[in-house]
Amino acid sequence: MFHWLEKHPFFFAVGVFVVIAFAGLIEILPNFAQASRPVIGTTPYSTLELAGRHVYIKNSCNACHSQLIRPFKSETDRYGHYSLSGEYAYDRPFLWGSKRTGPDLMRVGNYRTTDWHENHMKNPSAVVPGSIMPGYPWLFTNKADVDTAYAEQLTVAQFFSVPYNKPVPMKDGSTKTVKMGNSVAEANALALAEAKVIAADMKDQDVKDAVARGEIPEIVALIAYMNSLK
Amino acid sequence: MENRPLEYDYTVAKMFMFTTIVLGIVGMLVGVILAFQLAFPSVNTFLGSGLAEFTNFSRLRPLHTDAVIFGFTLSGIFATWYYVGQRVLKVSMAESGFLMFIGKLHFVLYVIGVAAVVVSLLAGVTTSKEYAEFEWPIDIAIVIVWVLFGMSIFGLIGIRREKALYISVWYYIATFLGVAMLYLFNNMEIPTMLAASPAGESGIGAWYHSVSMYAGTNDALVQWWYGHNAVAFGFTVPIVAMIYYFLPKESGQAIYSYKLSLLSFWGLMFVYLWAGGHHLLFSTVPDWMQTMGSIFSVVLILPSWGSAINMLLTMKGEWQQVAASPLIKFMVLGSTFYMFSTLEGPIQAIKSVNAIAHFTDWIVGHVHDGVLGWVGFMIMAALYHMAPRVFKREIYSKSLMATQFWIQTLGVVLYFTSMWIAGITQGMMWRAHDEFGNLAYSFIDTVTVLHPYYTIRGIGGLLYLIGFLMFAYNIYKTMTAGRKVEESELQNASPMGA
Repeated sequence: MFHWLEKHPFFFAVGVFVVIAFAGLIEILPNFAQASRPVIGTTPYSTLELAGRHVYIKNSCNACHSQLIRPFKSETDRYGHYSLSGEYAYDRPFLWGSKRTGPDLMRVGNYRTTDWHENHMKNPSAVVPGSIMPGYPWLFTNKADVDTAYAEQLTVAQFFSVPYNKPVPMKDGSTKTVKMGNSVAEANALALAEAKVIAADMKDQDVKDAVARGEIPEIVALIAYMNSLK
Repeated sequence: MENRPLEYDYTVAKMFMFTTIVLGIVGMLVGVILAFQLAFPSVNTFLGSGLAEFTNFSRLRPLHTDAVIFGFTLSGIFATWYYVGQRVLKVSMAESGFLMFIGKLHFVLYVIGVAAVVVSLLAGVTTSKEYAEFEWPIDIAIVIVWVLFGMSIFGLIGIRREKALYISVWYYIATFLGVAMLYLFNNMEIPTMLAASPAGESGIGAWYHSVSMYAGTNDALVQWWYGHNAVAFGFTVPIVAMIYYFLPKESGQAIYSYKLSLLSFWGLMFVYLWAGGHHLLFSTVPDWMQTMGSIFSVVLILPSWGSAINMLLTMKGEWQQVAASPLIKFMVLGSTFYMFSTLEGPIQAIKSVNAIAHFTDWIVGHVHDGVLGWVGFMIMAALYHMAPRVFKREIYSKSLMATQFWIQTLGVVLYFTSMWIAGITQGMMWRAHDEFGNLAYSFIDTVTVLHPYYTIRGIGGLLYLIGFLMFAYNIYKTMTAGRKVEESELQNASPMGA
């Protein structure tokens, strides 16, 4: 049979494809319906948080920081409850990372504050002596891209039924509604309202002034995203 | 006409040899910069704080991985295909104007794609998925480049004189099919410019932005099914294709066992695809998949070692060639590193080992003993073997090649030993508890302890880069100043100057 295949390239290629596709069919497909259900308390990202997530991705924070807490005592002691599949239901793309040059950030919103992030992103080794993380001063001047975040919200709401403007069940039995604007202007207004809350806790006068003018520096969006990681 | 030997046409092979060398230098240089950034953070601003956004670790890291995978390695795969394909199928590119056009178009679009990737990654335009960072416009360009590669493969096969496909061709076909399948499925994404707001606005935000069709755990599953098998079909399958051709050619020895090559090929095809789950051990992916990932990773030793042993036994009775020829040295040590790396990988895929190794530098070390010791050595050996045939000149300097071999071998050894120690040290420190059950170390303790190992790794990487520059120089001098040789000198062992 193999000798015959080696003289018939078409059937050879079909044979190879069947053999390599087999694992995907068995392993990948069956999980799809099951794993995408959110756990109670998981909410979609707000416009500003999503813009911050884009800043996180733009700077490849995931190259050094994981967002996956494994079920070991040493990890739950350090980072909090181990990760549950449904907590990632609105993560497109997933940001688990593959290397912990720095600590895990899955629940960083539980133990770091706006103020801490502000100081740390400017000069990490001033906050954590010995840190090898570089500073990210340009985040304080670059403007966050709220429009693209809004476009992504519209896309996931339309194609994947992500529940924006709909009540989402919370752990305490209440519900929470994450708002998404009806227009670009409205989305920007929502993001700015959120940015003002963050900026109020910050010290950098330029950032405060920018937000007062109606602009959103990347750092504000990034901190909004990091604070949402719980 | 009937009696004239076939004249192979290496126009396209030469073009890809050029990008292999240039992109190899770029990718490895960025890698060395990254290594020193981890050891000495001030290197993050090596072009001044004004350009820090584009020179810091996180922005450069995807550029390094993509430049060595899709730049250096892929160019090497294409270069060897446009050389090996003609020879084993007994047909010349010059016989078909159409295939020659496809080959050149393949190269031109590839170079444009590479330029687009470099610009977009430096600008921070990325999907964040490892080795699939490109946004949808570049993905489309890559698919076109890949289709052209496929047309070249099957076009050349279509007009072949040698009816039976040689082993290397099996592996090139598998490379084409495997990458096509993986890349398409992992990059399923929806451009966000397609969305319209309730107010009727459309084309909102960045036109190049897209959102993954998969969410969370599913996205991770598809990504590592891709990520792991990008290694399979980028760093293993096509490199095995190369060694099956170049080692017998250079040594003048027949392949040790045809049956072993059959077993290894079909075994590798079937088993490799299952093993991706070992990147997701202890994650939120279902347990049975993690276990399958572990088990199949261990099973993977069989087909991997099958190929490697087949290569080493091909040298049976001719081991004096390893001492005599630096070119054979590259290939034999390459096979040995392949065995080493494919044993190390399964060990790391065992759950209890993975609990320590995952997220640490040991994984980085594992990748690099494979890519530096196996992929890099094999591609350089292939280009060394091709150079005299392509340029009709002898290799410029044998002693330079031998020096390069030892410098790079030392570099690889420094690299993986330092990363072993770094990884296991950090993994053990993360999980250490004191006598009262509290964590023994804060995270930063586990970072500062790594400084010496990061420095050693940087030196190892630098040695490898220096060796690569020696390789580039040697090939350049071969092209321009090597002694001209006759066809009769090109039968087996490549002619080399002092």
